[in-house]
Amino acid sequence: MKPLSRRQIAWRAAQDIGDGSYVNLGIGLPTLVADFIPEGREIVFHSENGVLGLGKAPGPNEIDPDLINAGKGPASLLPGGSFFHHTDAFLMIRGGHLDYSLLGAFEVSGEGDLANWTTEDPDYPPGVGGAMDLAAGAREVRVLCEHTTKDGQPRIRHSCTYPLTAARVVKRVYTNLAVLEIGPGGVLVREMVDGLGLAELQAKTEPKLRLAEDWKPIAAPAA
Amino acid sequence: MINKIVDGLAAAVADIRDGAVVLCAGFGAVGAPDELIDALATQGARELTVVSNNAGNGRTGLAGLIASGHVRKVICSYPRSSDSTAFDDAYKAGKIELELVPQGTISERMRCAAAGLGGFYSPVGVGTRLAEGKETREINGRLYVFEEPLQGDVALLKADRADRWGNLSYRKSARNFNPTMAMAAALSVVQVREIVPLGAIDPESVATPGIFVDRVVALGGKR
Repeated sequence: MKPLSRRQIAWRAAQDIGDGSYVNLGIGLPTLVADFIPEGREIVFHSENGVLGLGKAPGPNEIDPDLINAGKGPASLLPGGSFFHHTDAFLMIRGGHLDYSLLGAFEVSGEGDLANWTTEDPDYPPGVGGAMDLAAGAREVRVLCEHTTKDGQPRIRHSCTYPLTAARVVKRVYTNLAVLEIGPGGVLVREMVDGLGLAELQAKTEPKLRLAEDWKPIAAPAA
Repeated sequence: MINKIVDGLAAAVADIRDGAVVLCAGFGAVGAPDELIDALATQGARELTVVSNNAGNGRTGLAGLIASGHVRKVICSYPRSSDSTAFDDAYKAGKIELELVPQGTISERMRCAAAGLGGFYSPVGVGTRLAEGKETREINGRLYVFEEPLQGDVALLKADRADRWGNLSYRKSARNFNPTMAMAAALSVVQVREIVPLGAIDPESVATPGIFVDRVVALGGKR
């Protein structure tokens, strides 16, 4: 059993974005999704700092210091892209104009609660950024994260132990082990990495998992 | 005759008082008026409340203003960055107050002040710690929290080009908070790369009309 790399998680999330979608990419793992627009689709990536039409990460000779993504890394702009100011960027987010918001997470609950803004470490100032706007405003929230923490604790919990970003908003989770759907019936396993069994995945996940009848192994290219 | 061009950074910030609410534009380092903020640190006004998306990085600009003890409170969405030691140290030492506000809410609160509105109801942050103590109201079946307008005494801004009427154009994602902050302060001061004759900025490309700008300082070729 081989877990997906971070780039493979991003690749997998990109496959589920339909032609013509408007999608916000949050900081961290989701930022990588811009590198994996599937062939033949036009997807418009939105960045909270006032950009529509983000392209792939620029090469070392293509960096423009005035063009960055939400993670403050260098970005590129596709033909058809546009710039606008912050209030309009968040009007797009809050007003339901985005089809999907792809976010990172510290924890997700079995009911779709999201925690991704503070670990309550008193020495580490909290940072919410655009996370609450994105979680409350996009038509669908999808999370990309490692399945467990560095010390092996599940990130998918019965209920979040960290303060919430928003309640009951996450519909899908892409991890290094599985693709999960969160709905009224609980957490459904759509895909798992090759060689992983449901019992092994369940051991790394708090809420009870159900396996989709048509589940399949994740077929991610080397990335 | 209208001429908003002032002679030098020191003159541009000379009358900012102790205790002022200072809106500082920028998303990370991009679009941030570092030279104006450095001039404010030299000018010496103290007990400032700074409104900004981030809380400075490196040693200059906002980080320098915080490190030199001029800032009492920061209102921002995301204080931490890879090099935000000035804020981190002040926060750990209990020398600075932090009001954490979701990014779109900061921006919309300033827009409200600019538009002469008394606040707004937002779905962002409902049920989270950041909405504690705020009025909550159900509108058409959805819960909202009430957010108050946020007015600045002064806005420090960065643009690409200006004319003597204060019309501004920006470069790429360096626009970010600049247009909203320009509108939301009693006094708006902008540093620009280049001052051009009236009419040289295509009226279709003016992103901040001069009515919102009080002072313009040219810094030369530096982006």
